[in-house]
Amino acid sequence: MTIEELDQIAQSVRAVNAKFDYEVNVCMGTGCLSQHSDQLKDALVKEVEAQGKNALIRRTGCMGLCAAGPLVLSDPDEILYQHVKAGNAQQVVASLGARPIPELQCELREHFDQQVHIVLENSGHIDPERIDDYIAHDGYRALLTALNDMTPNGVIRQITESGLRGRGGGGYPTGLKWNTVAKAPGDVKYVICNGDEGDPGAFMDRSVLESDPQRVIEGMAIAAYAVGASKGFVYVRAEYPLAVARLTACLREARRRGLLGNNIGNTPFNFDVEIRLGAGAFVCGEETALIASIEGRRGTPRPRPPYPAVSGLFGKPTLINNVETFANIAPIIRKGGRWFASIGSERSKGTKVFALTGKITNTGLVEVPMGIKLREIIEVIGGGVPGGHKFKAVQTGGPSGGCLPAEMLDIGVSYDALVKVGSIMGSGGMIVMDDTSCMVNVAKFFIEFCMTESCGKCIPCRAGTAQMYRLLTRICEGEGTMDDLELLVELSDTIKSTSLCGLGQTAPNPVLSTLKYFRSEYIDHIVHKRCLAGVCDIHAPLSETGAHQEVMA
Amino acid sequence: MTDSVDVKTLTIDGHEVSGRRGQTILEVAREHDIDIPTLCHLDGLGDVGACRICLVEIAGSSKLLPACVATIFEGMDVLTNTERLQKYRRNILELLFAERNHVCSVCVSNGHCELQTLAQQQGLTHVRLPYRNPQLAVDASHERFTLDHNRCILCTRCVRVCAEIEGAHVWDVMGRGIDCTIISDLHQDWGSSSCTRCGKCVQVCPTGALFDKSKIGSDHPKYPDFLPYLKLMREAQ
Repeated sequence: MTIEELDQIAQSVRAVNAKFDYEVNVCMGTGCLSQHSDQLKDALVKEVEAQGKNALIRRTGCMGLCAAGPLVLSDPDEILYQHVKAGNAQQVVASLGARPIPELQCELREHFDQQVHIVLENSGHIDPERIDDYIAHDGYRALLTALNDMTPNGVIRQITESGLRGRGGGGYPTGLKWNTVAKAPGDVKYVICNGDEGDPGAFMDRSVLESDPQRVIEGMAIAAYAVGASKGFVYVRAEYPLAVARLTACLREARRRGLLGNNIGNTPFNFDVEIRLGAGAFVCGEETALIASIEGRRGTPRPRPPYPAVSGLFGKPTLINNVETFANIAPIIRKGGRWFASIGSERSKGTKVFALTGKITNTGLVEVPMGIKLREIIEVIGGGVPGGHKFKAVQTGGPSGGCLPAEMLDIGVSYDALVKVGSIMGSGGMIVMDDTSCMVNVAKFFIEFCMTESCGKCIPCRAGTAQMYRLLTRICEGEGTMDDLELLVELSDTIKSTSLCGLGQTAPNPVLSTLKYFRSEYIDHIVHKRCLAGVCDIHAPLSETGAHQEVMA
Repeated sequence: MTDSVDVKTLTIDGHEVSGRRGQTILEVAREHDIDIPTLCHLDGLGDVGACRICLVEIAGSSKLLPACVATIFEGMDVLTNTERLQKYRRNILELLFAERNHVCSVCVSNGHCELQTLAQQQGLTHVRLPYRNPQLAVDASHERFTLDHNRCILCTRCVRVCAEIEGAHVWDVMGRGIDCTIISDLHQDWGSSSCTRCGKCVQVCPTGALFDKSKIGSDHPKYPDFLPYLKLMREAQ
């Protein structure tokens, strides 16, 4: 396979597409599929035949606006239809080349206009299982350019220059990590893609793997070339069957096209990828636990150093990056590190994909440039809190992150800014809460999550989270005391400072951040025995002053 | 000693000491009679860094390092007994005491228990946390030994000694988080497992979780000192 051959494939795909008057993209991501977009697609195909229109019906990945699914995008008019059911197929096909259907049309300019798509550039535009579609959208051009025209060191220089930081949550500079693995001695090295996305409410990696899996494989191949690896693993959770199926199909196609395997692009570079399924443990997203899991051992973390870059999978130098990190690689190589560095904020470059969930109008996937204000994401792109309720907090970073109140919405989204206010960027889950959420209860939920997902290896995380859950349960039931609160803070400090891995070290964050910004709610539960959000069921007798009077006051 | 040996100098609690490259902080400290408390570590077994008792502070870094696995580097300034560390050690011990059912007065290991000794050394006088009091089983199916889950602290010494030294790998950990349990083979009775009856796990167990049936009602000290010797002799071969 050479770049000329890629061009030929791209041309033939375009020639085939040009034969059609219309292209109709039907979203078949998990969200839309759950609303039977597969039936919709079949109905559309039948209807096109029946009405004799010259239209191509294409299965695509996620279009982002999951709340409005199933989504249909018709080209070349670029009309987006929402909530399309199989019964609407006749209407939709009839509208091609005619007047759009007003009641189905999705008019959310501000939702899409504020976004910058790098990782999601092909999502919703290509058939994820057809490699030719990906090649027609400049796919594998970066890999072949890297193999033919760049040295491994040159590739790393581009990545370093781009300022890309790990999208899994930690924000470690990707170029530096690649450089460390490249410099580590040894002839056998591995590249691992971490797709064990486990944060509650996060689905960025799933969407990327479902919508554009080839992009991740290309990123891994470039990484393998840069660090000198010839074997890669994609570790993906078994709860993502569609992502696994599409990834499997995509690996088969890439091998068939000679883009994986031996002598890729007629160079001495060999690379192949295997899929490993996670068995449902959150902690396996931690890199050393993930490595243990791939090796077939119990998924527990081990102390670092030695870091995987020095001694990782089977004791060999190993590069581990997140799905989204790998998805950024091909565009960086294609357009240059400087281009990427021109997007974003001072120390956080590029874009970030967020999964907007919770009490927000436009639930779904968004990709925004770093540095954008939280307020813009939530109020403009997300469409604000529905149902006339008042915004209370946004939780970023999953169980390791924190809850930020309305006063913090004007900070720009970047790794450093979020850490400064007591949360983290995390992998990109963003849960919006309104005045019907009790923050103590939210903290309890996340601690319960960490308690059940702790591997049990180190004591502070294993027993500490269980004790914190107990204390929070007591507070939620109105049986807590101020001593409990003090104990909660002391335990948080101990767990944070002494736990073995990132899970334990960040587990107290939801408690600490809610204590920082919503301390009055804790006091309400403990002293006044009331939950203003009405979430907690408090049976304890009311104090003599009477909770009602205080609410009125 | 070969020529390639690289000596590093460092400070531990203000004492200037030296060690070979690749040695852990704990090894160097103990060579110089500086005591760092440990629990899951045992001379002769591989380290897992799980109990977090041996955490030490490194001047200039907010991150605490487990002395049993962290290796030394030139110019390192280690603090092993600061107030912060003492507090964390007591909290960790407190968590352990509240986790399962540790009742010293009726325990076969009373007076010979590493958890008990450590708590006394660290000045743990009482437990503020609510006891969890879980309902746990006792496996007395083995003809010579008993496993009492109530006293287990999941240090995995038994798992390691069985896998690394005896080579039988009868023990392992099942479940996760607070539900972790030591199991024999594929979660079957110890008595019907592939146990070789060597008794090493009993000797290395820091508490009364593993004990010899014949010692019930009498003093039951444990002797894990065979390990470093055994390891030395094996490595010499």
